[in-house]
Amino acid sequence: MIAVIRSTGQSLLDYVPEGATREGFAGTYATQENFRLMRAALDEVSAEVGRYVRLTNYASGLCMPEIATLAGLERLDMMLNDSMYGILFRDINPIRTFVDQRFSRQIHARAGIIINTGEDNYLTTADAVEAAHTVTVSQLLNEYFAHEAGLADWQLGLGHAFEINPDLPESFRLELAHALLARELFPRAPLKWMPPTRHMTGDVFRGNLLNGFFNLAGVLTGQGILLVGMMTEAVATPWLSDRDIALQNVRYVLNACSGLHEDFVPKPGGFIQRRAATVLAEAVQLLERIVDEGLLTAIADGTFGIMKRPPDGGRGLDGVARHEDDYYNPATEILEGTQ
Amino acid sequence: MSGTIVRPYGDTTGDGMVQLSFTLPVPLDKRAEGAALQLAGKMGVDPAMVVHAKQMGDAHTFFVVYGRVNHLVDLSAVRVVERDFPLLSPKEINQLVRRRLRRRLVVVGACIGTDAHTVGIDAILNVKGIAGEKGLEYYREFAVVNLGAQVSVPELVERARAEKADAVLVSQVVTQRDAHLHNVREMSAAFREAFPAGRRPLLVVGGPRFDELMAGELGVDRIFGRGTSPREVASYLVHALVTSRDGTQKRAA
Repeated sequence: MIAVIRSTGQSLLDYVPEGATREGFAGTYATQENFRLMRAALDEVSAEVGRYVRLTNYASGLCMPEIATLAGLERLDMMLNDSMYGILFRDINPIRTFVDQRFSRQIHARAGIIINTGEDNYLTTADAVEAAHTVTVSQLLNEYFAHEAGLADWQLGLGHAFEINPDLPESFRLELAHALLARELFPRAPLKWMPPTRHMTGDVFRGNLLNGFFNLAGVLTGQGILLVGMMTEAVATPWLSDRDIALQNVRYVLNACSGLHEDFVPKPGGFIQRRAATVLAEAVQLLERIVDEGLLTAIADGTFGIMKRPPDGGRGLDGVARHEDDYYNPATEILEGTQ
Repeated sequence: MSGTIVRPYGDTTGDGMVQLSFTLPVPLDKRAEGAALQLAGKMGVDPAMVVHAKQMGDAHTFFVVYGRVNHLVDLSAVRVVERDFPLLSPKEINQLVRRRLRRRLVVVGACIGTDAHTVGIDAILNVKGIAGEKGLEYYREFAVVNLGAQVSVPELVERARAEKADAVLVSQVVTQRDAHLHNVREMSAAFREAFPAGRRPLLVVGGPRFDELMAGELGVDRIFGRGTSPREVASYLVHALVTSRDGTQKRAA
């Protein structure tokens, strides 16, 4: 699977650029023509290597629905699509985001695209141990909104990440507890497991070791979508050799113990099980609070990823209109009719 | 001057041993290894030892080379901008601003000119930060306004005035024909013109292409180069605007 990241700042464009682009920083603009070119290139490679190579891009920001549509038209396989990421990390208006995420997910449902949600991002700002339960709550919300928009379980790449401070004692056991909790809460969802970013430094040797542990945790807990961590995460766009070394790391772990999850049963009442139970209990508590306050209030209070985002703040609210009594949208009718 | 000359340290003092890795666009064979040795030799590694060579794809080979360099490092000839302010924790920074400035410290940031690349300013300002360190938005006592990319100089001056900015942070990532230097000169001149001396916001510039020694020449207060962390910038702001200015509040709150 190949993921092509977008040019920095595209999430804040309230339009989708057109045509093939050779510009962009740290990524490539998501345009219909670029999608077509990437898919065509991967079709060629797929034929060469004798297996289908999937293509991933981003349906996020102010143009979630538009980009979701282009992805469907151009046969993309997987799209990053979170119900709250734009609110929290791009300061996009909460109401605009909830409206857009629903429509984009209806399109993804119809196109048979797997979505990836962005819970890993919370842990790049909030502490991965203290805020572990907010990841669980967000996964549950993302699952709810996804089902509500017509996505099936196999399409839910619910996100989480290996972001606990590696200097913390028992950090790996904590990671395993969190990863296993997600696995058991969503047994039929593929789950997207993100490598460390926050505690990656210019020490590429330590970074490669951390990524090895990340890969091991992924194998032990049966994560479906394992992203490849680069040891130069904090240094540069990965070089050819960085990518090769990172892939060797993954291959070693998969080759050495791909079936290990069959043997891995944490001791009943042991550290991992107790930690998972604690996180789950905290998640339930937080959900109870959200039920009382409402989700928009919880977001305004900075419940997720520290950011406080009031419902009338952020970009793009002027693009939202209340339904009139005689509102009719043929696209919605078709999309909801297919579910 | 003995003591100011050093050499790399591998296993014993002065052995000059270094380890380097690189990729050459050739498939792995005897000639490729010879090519790696040739490069190492031209880099001053002699004798050089290829300890690892691995072909990647059809046309590239990755090498790890160990060897001895013949260069000497003269510490007395090293020129850098030494950090002349204490590196503080986020907690200490917030406390200093709260106790000594007694209001939030206002920071306005932007990428100026045609540079659309906000990675630098975002790494310093956004909560997400960089390499495990949160950006200035995370600091409770900082009020951060991130104007994003392609902000014109007049627009930046205007927002700095409207927000009563204590500091203006400007990032320039991508540059052609020294555009980053022209842009910064234009920016600092505009601020000098728009604000009376002593009331001008602190001007801080960052980007991988700047020479940290050029602050005076470009008319700004500080330049931060590659690898600067948000905490360094926050510590500098507190040093320049709070602790080294005690009792001389720049403007009424």
